[in-house]
Amino acid sequence: MARNSLTGSRIRERRMFMGRKQADLARAVGISPSYLNLIEHNRRRIGGKLINDIARELGVEPSALTEGAEAALLDTLREAAADHGGATEELPRLEEFVGRFPGWARLLADTRRRSSELEHSVEILSDRMTHDPFLSTSLHEVISTVTAIRSTATILAETRDIDAEWRDRFHRNMAEDSARLAESAEALVRYLDEASSTDVTGSTPQEELDNWLKAQDFHIAELERALPLEPETLINRAGELKSTAAKALARGFLERYLKDAGHMPLKTFGQAAVDSGFDPAALATRYGVDLAAVFRRLASLPAGDVGGEIGLVSCDGSGTLTFRKPVDDFPLPRYSAACALWPLYMALSRPMSPVRRVVEMGGRSRRLFVTYAVCQPSQPAGFDGPPVLEAAMLILPLEITQMVDAAAELEVGTSCRICPRPACAARREPSIMAEAF
Amino acid sequence: MGKRVLLVEDEPNIIEAIRFILSRDGWVVDTHSDGSTAVDTVLSAVPDVLVLDVMLPGKSGFDILRELRGASATADLPILMLTAKGQGRDRELAERYGANRFMTKPFSNSEVLETVNALQAGVTDQA
Repeated sequence: MARNSLTGSRIRERRMFMGRKQADLARAVGISPSYLNLIEHNRRRIGGKLINDIARELGVEPSALTEGAEAALLDTLREAAADHGGATEELPRLEEFVGRFPGWARLLADTRRRSSELEHSVEILSDRMTHDPFLSTSLHEVISTVTAIRSTATILAETRDIDAEWRDRFHRNMAEDSARLAESAEALVRYLDEASSTDVTGSTPQEELDNWLKAQDFHIAELERALPLEPETLINRAGELKSTAAKALARGFLERYLKDAGHMPLKTFGQAAVDSGFDPAALATRYGVDLAAVFRRLASLPAGDVGGEIGLVSCDGSGTLTFRKPVDDFPLPRYSAACALWPLYMALSRPMSPVRRVVEMGGRSRRLFVTYAVCQPSQPAGFDGPPVLEAAMLILPLEITQMVDAAAELEVGTSCRICPRPACAARREPSIMAEAF
Repeated sequence: MGKRVLLVEDEPNIIEAIRFILSRDGWVVDTHSDGSTAVDTVLSAVPDVLVLDVMLPGKSGFDILRELRGASATADLPILMLTAKGQGRDRELAERYGANRFMTKPFSNSEVLETVNALQAGVTDQA
């Protein structure tokens, strides 16, 4: 989304910061409150005299409203400042800082992002060192063998009057143990070798898949052709998919994609989706598939064909996000848990009951989205096996749906730490944004 | 009267080496390799000193240590713990559960010999 399309959000944010009523500001600049409301939700362009009037009323430079600073940049910096005493004191001057030194601000944000990525890598690696059963078994094996060899060798070297029978026995033990040591040392080296070559970045398999899908814009053209490529061929071609685990995840994803594409051919589906105003129920009926399949298919459509980006998140029964396709102004948490109020979790708590909610995303933009969510159980281990839950939530920008004039039914966020909503019933931990707003 | 040491360890070649060095020093060395029956074995004939490995099949050395400290016959038995895992958590656990001495593998023969003799002589302060 272009920078200046967020002018309305900045006006709203500034107005709320000053504690002014919408109607009051509207009267002061001579427009109707409902028109100001449309402006504040970025649904009407605004310029010229009106922007100057509003800026004056709000006590800021017009450019602060039209250009602003990118929301993501501010969020990152706010997060960086959270645990830092000095910076926290200067938080009220954050916008000023970003405005005056955009280059430095970006450097700081990039450094911050890089350091959290590295922290995450270190966490993964140390987790592996501590909990990897193969590593600890191998090390134990090596140490045990070395202990036996050392002890035996010392006996042989230091006992002058050792009798022949004992000497032969200890020699035999040493030969045995050294062969064992060679074997376990080799296995250990092989293991570490593989680990370092597959996971240089320390990223998780899920992230490898995410990055690859992002690079494809979540649309796999090779699977849309009349004679689609084999998923395996695609996986082998994808340089981003390095670890065996990521390849396995990709295989599952692509096989399902192929099936969805077969049931809902691109040729008719894109148009049908637009015509129905992206109504998953209508599409599911028309194509004879379940809702989750329609969600996945909608999220795989090229943005250009349908007039906007369509997002999708999935989670398993534990609430862990298993698939993330973000859309502008609806950021998805990368490492932390998501917002408990997402309709995704509403659906998770009542399988097979679809949920539709118009939500307003917290943060700077306050854009509206239509979300559809559903949770479906499956029985991969047979009828008597444990039911496995998968929930999915489709995220549609309000503008591209037929509900353009809907009002927000639910206010949600990305994740508590970076969520500005002060009085949230489902808050899990304090926000680092509270003071800033 | 011979001094008796019981070695609870599952690595046959380590058993053999320790048995050799302790025997030459005049110890009667009994050995036991199964964690799950170790407590019974100790209680059936309490030795002068117990050398106890942490990683045993069937039951961990720490659990054995805890049970022995809970029994009146072995509450004060001198115990040397052996572990293949550094100094950190294992050492702390050994101390908490009441081991007299703690030694990490790979140890030296003389170290084992000295420690076992010291334990028998009643020098039970931590190494």
